[in-house]
Amino acid sequence: MFETLVQAIAQGVLLGGYYAIIAAGLSLMFGVVRFINLAHGDMLVLGAMLALFAVEGMGWPVWLAVLTVLPVMAALGWLAQGLMFERALQGGALLPILVTLGLGAALQNAMFGLFGSNTRSLGAHIGALSWSGWTLPGGITLGKLPVLVFVTAVGVLGLLHLMMTRTRLGRAIRATASDPEAAELCGIDARRVHRAAAAIAAALAALGGVFLAMRAQVTPYAGPAQLIFAFEAVVIGGVGSLWGTLIGGIVLGLAQTLGGAIAPQLSLLAGHLVLLAALAWRILRDEAAARGGWRALTLRGGETR
Amino acid sequence: MTLLSLDSVTARHGLMTAVHDISLTLAPGEVLALIGANGAGKTTLLRTLAGAHPLASGRIALNGRDIGALPAHARLRAGIALSPEGRRLFPEMTLRENLRIPAENGRKGAWTLPRVLDAFPQLAPLIDLPAGGFSGGQRQAAAIARALLANPDVLLLDEVSLGLSPAAVEGVYASLAGVRAEGRMAMIVVEQDLTRALAFADRVICLAEGRVELTGRPAELTREAITRAYFGLHETETADV
Repeated sequence: MFETLVQAIAQGVLLGGYYAIIAAGLSLMFGVVRFINLAHGDMLVLGAMLALFAVEGMGWPVWLAVLTVLPVMAALGWLAQGLMFERALQGGALLPILVTLGLGAALQNAMFGLFGSNTRSLGAHIGALSWSGWTLPGGITLGKLPVLVFVTAVGVLGLLHLMMTRTRLGRAIRATASDPEAAELCGIDARRVHRAAAAIAAALAALGGVFLAMRAQVTPYAGPAQLIFAFEAVVIGGVGSLWGTLIGGIVLGLAQTLGGAIAPQLSLLAGHLVLLAALAWRILRDEAAARGGWRALTLRGGETR
Repeated sequence: MTLLSLDSVTARHGLMTAVHDISLTLAPGEVLALIGANGAGKTTLLRTLAGAHPLASGRIALNGRDIGALPAHARLRAGIALSPEGRRLFPEMTLRENLRIPAENGRKGAWTLPRVLDAFPQLAPLIDLPAGGFSGGQRQAAAIARALLANPDVLLLDEVSLGLSPAAVEGVYASLAGVRAEGRMAMIVVEQDLTRALAFADRVICLAEGRVELTGRPAELTREAITRAYFGLHETETADV
């Protein structure tokens, strides 16, 4: 029982690395561009499909496919921001939702047309990495691929953190996220910064897609489920916070694996319940802060409204 | 020699015209004070010059180049910097980062970080602190320093003394006097404190309802004329400039 629990915790933490990667782009887009990209999951799957095409259709090694797909997806993200998202943002709150919903549907159907509906995976192309692992004392097993994904997630978030704090582009992104007009008045081209953020977000989505294709089967219609996981990790970890996405991803991963350890059908439900709990906590915390503290909130007739 | 020229500049907020057909010129090193009651169009005019508000019609030329269609970031590089109303610092960034941004994205020139900290000594101890915790005077000094680091030809300063303690106003204007003495940079200063505006500027323009009601050198304008123009009493008095 104890070993099962520890095993589930280890798997949950490692799964959090994957969720952090797919959530970081979504969080970046919302934090910097104030844009919710509902096609983020479909862009993730597009990255996976392009990598699969490079490997299976063109016979490229996986590493070359990944190194090619990331900049290609970054370029597509840049173009999507410049051609669609930027214009959608000027059309009010509803238009970005409709545009990205439509983009997601278009991507799904385009991938179906180009690559077919069969489930596909990169698992067969990465040798023992997809199934081998390390056995720790107590019989706990850590899969090499989940460890690679987690280490990559920490590395990518670390690089993004360094980029945000130490580089000119990072400062421009943070300034634009804080106050786009003031950033413009300081010489920053906010539109270019938004496009750069969209490019980074699309590359992160593609990286998540490649990892998804390594650890699971992918279909053209797998995007919306990944979008939900990314959303949950972002909301749990705090919108706009890079390291928050890792924490949110780990919490989501833990909830899913612990829920799944109790009963397999509880896995996804447990993740959704943690999301609801995180939202309820935020609402209560903000209400308490507005009223001068938890005591003020709880002393009103003994109820927490 | 004309550094900045405005020809029939008009700016609107929706259907309301906030700035009507304003024409003026600014020479290198000249300090122009824009005065007027709330809603007179002073801030809108500065924001229009800086590219933060759309130009509805008219022409804005800097060093002979039409800059009216340029976005704000390009105007900064062309040579116009605005220290905006509300200061608009990036609160979660340190002062050093706030100051680095225009230095990286604006023009290179005589104003560097050490020189700005000499001009605004009150900022030196704050350099690695987040700007969100600054007092009003510190934020104003930081906002002006930030604009200076873009090395503009024209420095636009909105509501310099608004919300500041008398000591903070004194400190900011002492630093501005130092800035003014150092070069050929022209300034347009929006200032509610009339005494301060008249003492600091070479020329004063009073706006009412988006129009120029009065213009002249401070020594040539009477208090009564300024008061009438300030409240838009439509008895225009223009001193020779």
